[in-house]
Amino acid sequence: MSQDVENIKASYPLFRTDEYKENLANKRAAYEERHPDNKINDIFNWTTTAEYQEINFNREALTVNPAKACQPLGAVLCALGFEKTMPYVHGSQGCVAYFRTYFNRHFKEPVSCVSDSMTEDAAVFGGQKNMMNGLENAKALYKPDMIAVSTTCMAEVIGDDLNAFINNSKKEGYIEQEYPTPFAHTPSFVGSHTTGWDNMFEGILSYFTRNYMDDKEVGSNGKINLVPGFETYLGNYRVMHRMMKEMGVDYSMLSDPTEVLDTPADGEFRMYAGGTTMDEVKDAPNAIDTLFLQPWQSAKSKKYVKGVLNQPGTAIDIPMGLEWTDAFLMTVSELTGKPIPKSLETERGRLVDMITDSHAWLHGKKFALYGDADYVMGMTKFLLELGAEPTDILCNHANKRWLKAMNAMLEASPYGQDSKVHVGKDLWHFRSLVFTNKPDFMIGNSYGKFIERDTLHKGPEFQVPLIRIGFPIFDRHHLHRMTTLGYEGAIYMLTTLVNAVLEQLDKETMGMGTTDYNYDLVR
Amino acid sequence: MALRQCAIYGKGGIGKSTTTQNLVAAIAEQGKKVMIVGCDPKADSTRLILHSKAQTTIMSLAAEAGSVEDLELEDVLKAGYGDVKCVESGGPEPGVGCAGRGVITAINFLEEEGAYDEELDFVFYDVLGDVVCGGFAMPIRENKAQEIYIVCSGEMMAMYAANNIAKGIVKYATSGSVRLAGLICNSRNTAREDELIMQLAEKMNTTMIHFVPRDNIVQRAEIRRMTVIEYDGTAKQANEYRALATKIINNTDLRIPTPITMDELEDLLMEFGLMDEEDESIVGKTAAAE
Repeated sequence: MSQDVENIKASYPLFRTDEYKENLANKRAAYEERHPDNKINDIFNWTTTAEYQEINFNREALTVNPAKACQPLGAVLCALGFEKTMPYVHGSQGCVAYFRTYFNRHFKEPVSCVSDSMTEDAAVFGGQKNMMNGLENAKALYKPDMIAVSTTCMAEVIGDDLNAFINNSKKEGYIEQEYPTPFAHTPSFVGSHTTGWDNMFEGILSYFTRNYMDDKEVGSNGKINLVPGFETYLGNYRVMHRMMKEMGVDYSMLSDPTEVLDTPADGEFRMYAGGTTMDEVKDAPNAIDTLFLQPWQSAKSKKYVKGVLNQPGTAIDIPMGLEWTDAFLMTVSELTGKPIPKSLETERGRLVDMITDSHAWLHGKKFALYGDADYVMGMTKFLLELGAEPTDILCNHANKRWLKAMNAMLEASPYGQDSKVHVGKDLWHFRSLVFTNKPDFMIGNSYGKFIERDTLHKGPEFQVPLIRIGFPIFDRHHLHRMTTLGYEGAIYMLTTLVNAVLEQLDKETMGMGTTDYNYDLVR
Repeated sequence: MALRQCAIYGKGGIGKSTTTQNLVAAIAEQGKKVMIVGCDPKADSTRLILHSKAQTTIMSLAAEAGSVEDLELEDVLKAGYGDVKCVESGGPEPGVGCAGRGVITAINFLEEEGAYDEELDFVFYDVLGDVVCGGFAMPIRENKAQEIYIVCSGEMMAMYAANNIAKGIVKYATSGSVRLAGLICNSRNTAREDELIMQLAEKMNTTMIHFVPRDNIVQRAEIRRMTVIEYDGTAKQANEYRALATKIINNTDLRIPTPITMDELEDLLMEFGLMDEEDESIVGKTAAAE
């Protein structure tokens, strides 16, 4: 039973040995008081039926696997995108441990973020003392140039006022008056991680611009501001930089965590790396316009850009897939007067070529998908462009207007006629849909793997493979470095989708002498 | 005229809601555009303006709809007497939940939905009892109410509460621009009440902005779910509220309060004969022992 140091086995091969099989069976028989296998199986099968789905969709008081995270998680990612900035969460410590591990597991990088560790007494007396000591300590220990403050539920429920607390900390000398401390209230019980990103971004932009608008003039710096929104594909930041450079457009990427979330292993730990500079944020009001790459998730910041910066805030869709990347580049071109260069035209041509090459395999294939509002909309759009058929499309945090826009888009395409959009639903709803309206594939984050396991348990013919595009992806490596935006992103997603189709086909036609008449070398 | 936002605090039962609504009616009568935001789970801050039992609150509608994001402004904002806009934050039944959070949610909702439009001259927040948690201080956060009025009377507990509220204000006044704008004495007909409150005000570095005498007509109007201004505009009491309204409209005397100590408060009460000198020798003695 004991492990051999030269050959340590993980649970998977280890528990398959006879010794462990026997051991686990004994434990089960002696202690677990579990229901008979046939009953468990009956219940399992019942959960896969249309009858159960109806009950499931009438569920009122429970969320199972919500397909969204909480506001401060988004606020932390936003803060990480600014130069030498320490994300600071006013509230309980456990929340911050969660944000850090969540990002660790996705990015496979250390993530710096501090908490002011509110406990029982802070809940009773308010967290001002924690804020004062926390700001002073965080600044002294980690030497950031800026501390971006957000909140957890605890601080929000007792009504802690960040503006007052931070100002009092400065007044009483814990940190200097001019030390940059943008902040945002981010109650977790409102909205989602994307709301938190939006709130923190508005907080940072507002902190550096609201009271300094007198000498600002829209268009005077000739730049375009790009706001990524809650974006976890590092390639998406990089592709934006590349496209803007190829166009010769002067721009600011407002929040860019690509360096700090992708540091090299060269012996030096970098608590801070890269990021948008404070000067760029201060200069943001002088830009021609600010474009939100994930507009549905940026409502508050967009309102600020239009209302306070007086920029047009030109409406765009997420630059995902062919048509919306075209539209994005044309918008940038119109705003700046710079033509779209040959290099991007060539890249576009390559994408179109790839789409036609793979078209035979993707046409009519059915995909169920879930995730954040803008990504899901962009992905749906791209699937329609490919001639694939989205079956069930789920977004927990989206609103009614988003639902309307989605339905309008689907109705306009022959491939969207049978699609259904689900707002405010979770992954347990999604599981029902995958059984009753079986797609060929699911597209989503790692949490979908449990649905795939369940579908396989029902029988191999019911298995729905998961294609991992989204956030978080904990169980595959390095996918966060890929790109989903622009032509480059479409090329990556197309490659991923079509090869998933071909792999599945290989799997199904691998039967020697039974199905291998279609196990072809060339696809 | 720029929007002025005022918060009304005071001990529970002192007559904040009645005074606020009569005051607001009098301000509206002068052609000003006013909004009342009730910040009390009892939701009785707008009934005299709307002639309703209790206005449907933001929180109850949000609970029904599932989330506050599903609400529209017109669902929660009702216009009443003098085109006064009325909204109630609402909150839980006693003993459960968190009413303070309800206030935060409601005010955030109003801001996001553009309830504070440019046409408004005044917003009045009618806030429950003491400032017991951060939620009830929401109306006096930065960029919200900058003027605070405390309703009190010549009774000891009302003065004690007023002083406590001033302590809360000091916390916010040092970090922002919120100021105490005056005490409104809602008379209980105690002896030398006006002098007492004027002295208290002076010690707290503010003024008694108006002495509202006691008059049964307020109750008579209230039974009809009306303000005195609307019920009987010719009444003497209506003129008192008009006088208060005019004083508030013209008030520029905003100060950081200097709350007094318990000892100072007791001295003041003794001076006015509302409290006897403490006899240390009887402390802890049972009736039998005496």
